[in-house]
Amino acid sequence: MKRFADLLERLVLTPARNTKLAHLKDWIATEPDPDRGIGLAALTGELSFDAAKAGLIRTLAAERTDPVLFALSYDFVGDLAETVSLMWPAREGVNEAAPSLAAVARTLATTSRGELPGIVAAWLDTLDASSRFALLKLITGGMRVGVSARLVKVALAERYGIDVAEIEEAWPAVAPPYTALFDWLEGRGPQPRGVDAPVFRPPMLANPLDEAELAEFDPREFRAEWKWDGIRVQCVATRTGAKLWSRGGEEIGHAFPEIVEAMEGLEAVLDGELLVLREGVVAPFSDLQQRLNRKAPGAKLMREHPAHVRLYDMLFEGTGDIRGLGFDARRERLETWLAREAPARMDLSPLVPFSSWEELAAIRAGAREAGIEGLMLKRADSPYVAGRPKGPWFKWKRDPLTLDAVLMYAQRGHGKRSSFYSDYTFGVWRGEELVPVGKAYSGFTDKELAWLDRWIRNNTIGRFGPVREVEKALVLEVAFDAAQRSSRHRSGVALRFPRISRIRTDKPAAEADRIEAVLALLDPAGR
Amino acid sequence: MPPHPETWLKVTEAGLYCEPGGFFIDPLRPVDRAVITHGHSDHARPGHRAVLATAETLAIMTRRLGEGRAGESQQALGYAEALDIGGVRVTLRPAGHVLGSAQVVLEWQGARAVVSGDYKTRRDPTCATFEPVPCDVFVTEATFGLPVFRHPPAEEEIARLLASLRVFPERTHVVGAYALGKTQRVLALLREAGYDAPIYVHGALTPMNEVYASFGITLGDLRPATVANREALAGAVVIGPPGAIQDRWARRLSDPVVALASGWMRVRQRAKSRGVELPLVISDHADWDELNATLDAVAAPEVWVTHGAEDALIHAAGLRGIRGRALHLVGRGDEDEAVAEAPSVAGSAPDGAREATEEPP
Repeated sequence: MKRFADLLERLVLTPARNTKLAHLKDWIATEPDPDRGIGLAALTGELSFDAAKAGLIRTLAAERTDPVLFALSYDFVGDLAETVSLMWPAREGVNEAAPSLAAVARTLATTSRGELPGIVAAWLDTLDASSRFALLKLITGGMRVGVSARLVKVALAERYGIDVAEIEEAWPAVAPPYTALFDWLEGRGPQPRGVDAPVFRPPMLANPLDEAELAEFDPREFRAEWKWDGIRVQCVATRTGAKLWSRGGEEIGHAFPEIVEAMEGLEAVLDGELLVLREGVVAPFSDLQQRLNRKAPGAKLMREHPAHVRLYDMLFEGTGDIRGLGFDARRERLETWLAREAPARMDLSPLVPFSSWEELAAIRAGAREAGIEGLMLKRADSPYVAGRPKGPWFKWKRDPLTLDAVLMYAQRGHGKRSSFYSDYTFGVWRGEELVPVGKAYSGFTDKELAWLDRWIRNNTIGRFGPVREVEKALVLEVAFDAAQRSSRHRSGVALRFPRISRIRTDKPAAEADRIEAVLALLDPAGR
Repeated sequence: MPPHPETWLKVTEAGLYCEPGGFFIDPLRPVDRAVITHGHSDHARPGHRAVLATAETLAIMTRRLGEGRAGESQQALGYAEALDIGGVRVTLRPAGHVLGSAQVVLEWQGARAVVSGDYKTRRDPTCATFEPVPCDVFVTEATFGLPVFRHPPAEEEIARLLASLRVFPERTHVVGAYALGKTQRVLALLREAGYDAPIYVHGALTPMNEVYASFGITLGDLRPATVANREALAGAVVIGPPGAIQDRWARRLSDPVVALASGWMRVRQRAKSRGVELPLVISDHADWDELNATLDAVAAPEVWVTHGAEDALIHAAGLRGIRGRALHLVGRGDEDEAVAEAPSVAGSAPDGAREATEEPP
């Protein structure tokens, strides 16, 4: 347990992907089985214990700590497992050996709900703070140490010097603690293979466009598409099953069962944008977010927030890999296939015709629909290459809108921002009063965050639980992608992806923007 | 019946004011008469007419604020001495926070209040150890006033730093530490642990090291950390102010391991958000257990909390029948809190931001 706790600690404190990889490779090289595989599964969220849930930790915290102190501590730390691990009261005279990772995993998987609290409490008494954290994270799931299943696969590939695609092929056929996988990688057995399994293939990504470069490009060699404001997904349907993958290789089909259902019977690997679509109109991203937040959506949510995939590329048709074809050729295959199969909940992302960059720039400037983030530019002859190659694909986002708003309330963040006041509610003037128009959690540098945090602490005029009301004196320039009508906000408008773009200590609060200025920016589709 | 301290020790906009004595304690703005608990910039501000403090604190203030800005007239008071100011008996007792740090003990007409300033109760080879003084009202900080803050022994944290040096002998270990107190404590602990190699010090830390040396606290072979000697810094310990450890200054070092000595490092998200690879939980403030043990030791029926996590400490005090009161003194920084810097925007930064940049308390 201690070694796993150390690994977690190092991963948490290492922002660099390469260093994370080094730690993972070291773990793979040195940790004995079965803890090795159990640890990897824990990091990637593949372990799940039905009887052990966050509620158990809350129960234990309630038994061993004062409720007020617990609430204040949790508010400060921002993470349940870390809070309990730090404040767990030591018990004198405990002299048991700390359990091993595999023993913990086995016990969590097999013990009944009723027996668990006593067992977990006894474990906590034997562990130090960082091992307590590791144990509690195992129970709550979601390590949040920046290690995806994909990163583990890359670490395995690098450690054993093989192509990561080979690991992806083998992955569906193995389960924690991955004994067959390690047997294969270490030369003791054959490659485990799921037959024709719906595995993830790394998608091709675009670089931001540097507009100065446009003049050097020939518009005839490029195709333009709308950049939809959803999330990138890969639909993989084979004879053995169908899976919906996120851009990073995480399986998200459980949250969108209607899409997985629509893929049944198909045989293709498709690249597209996951959206909420109502009567052909793309809903604001916040609608999709409500679906993303749910592990298993209810019937009502699915009815009111119907999911849809707008396709723009095809990697496999049937079992044939067509990634080596140029964009135009793949597109033609996609169009023909789509016309023939006519799957539910999928349609084609249209090309945007243009003959000059000036014309395309005008089209981009004119697009204000909620569902559109800008344009994609793709070379007509570009093959589908995993990763982010420089040159063939560009994203050309539309310019953000900005307004000067007044900071009204602040709340401490969770996760990385925990213990800093990092969630800001800001407002604009309506007559003589300020009305909130949004909340922003990003856009600032770490230095600006520290500065804002201090400003908030020194200018607090009221406290409501974790929320501080501040002196209405600080102007923030807020950038956002679109403004929409909203009945949930007192001001009647909601901003899409607001973020702090500047701190305007030079501007008095009275000169911040008025609600009329925000209303003038309303998205035509959202009015 | 002695007068309750709240009738003669008042919270004003300038800070705590002892009415019969006519003086402030750690005032926020220039005043006629100030008693200063210790030299950190949120307690020792410039421009007072008369300043009373320990000789060490006066030396620190003078060095930091400049000749003449640390009080037009200065009066030193030793830990064992007492002074009568307008009928108020004033004594200074060690607070264990940094060199010269003192609790201010105020006695008037039979009532006693202790203003502890910032303090810690555990061992520190660079300053006098905290002494609890029984009183009617105890004024405390609560920087780490949550039960999640339990500082491990500082010696253990230093051992982790030395272990990292053994594991990464080629990497420069950059330790962020505040200029006054933390730096000298880390240096002294390293020396105690037998580390006698030269330690490289960022220029911003040198003045305080010199003041400590002038009071007989020697810290071994210290050399300036300049980019010119990058080669020599491989595998060495470099100490710099927390604001510098992620700066271009530190990035030029040889594949640095970034460490930060601070009580906040107990919360890993704090360490993570600051890009700290090796968090060292070393604090000059009392942790949760120390705060509560101190409340019991001074046995005051009433405790006033100046700044920090006052809600939790007042709650915990209340459970033991101690009356708590939050003073909400503004302008007090949480000691090792992220260095607040004015963002790069037009216009002037609000009060205090610039000072905090140079010298977090």
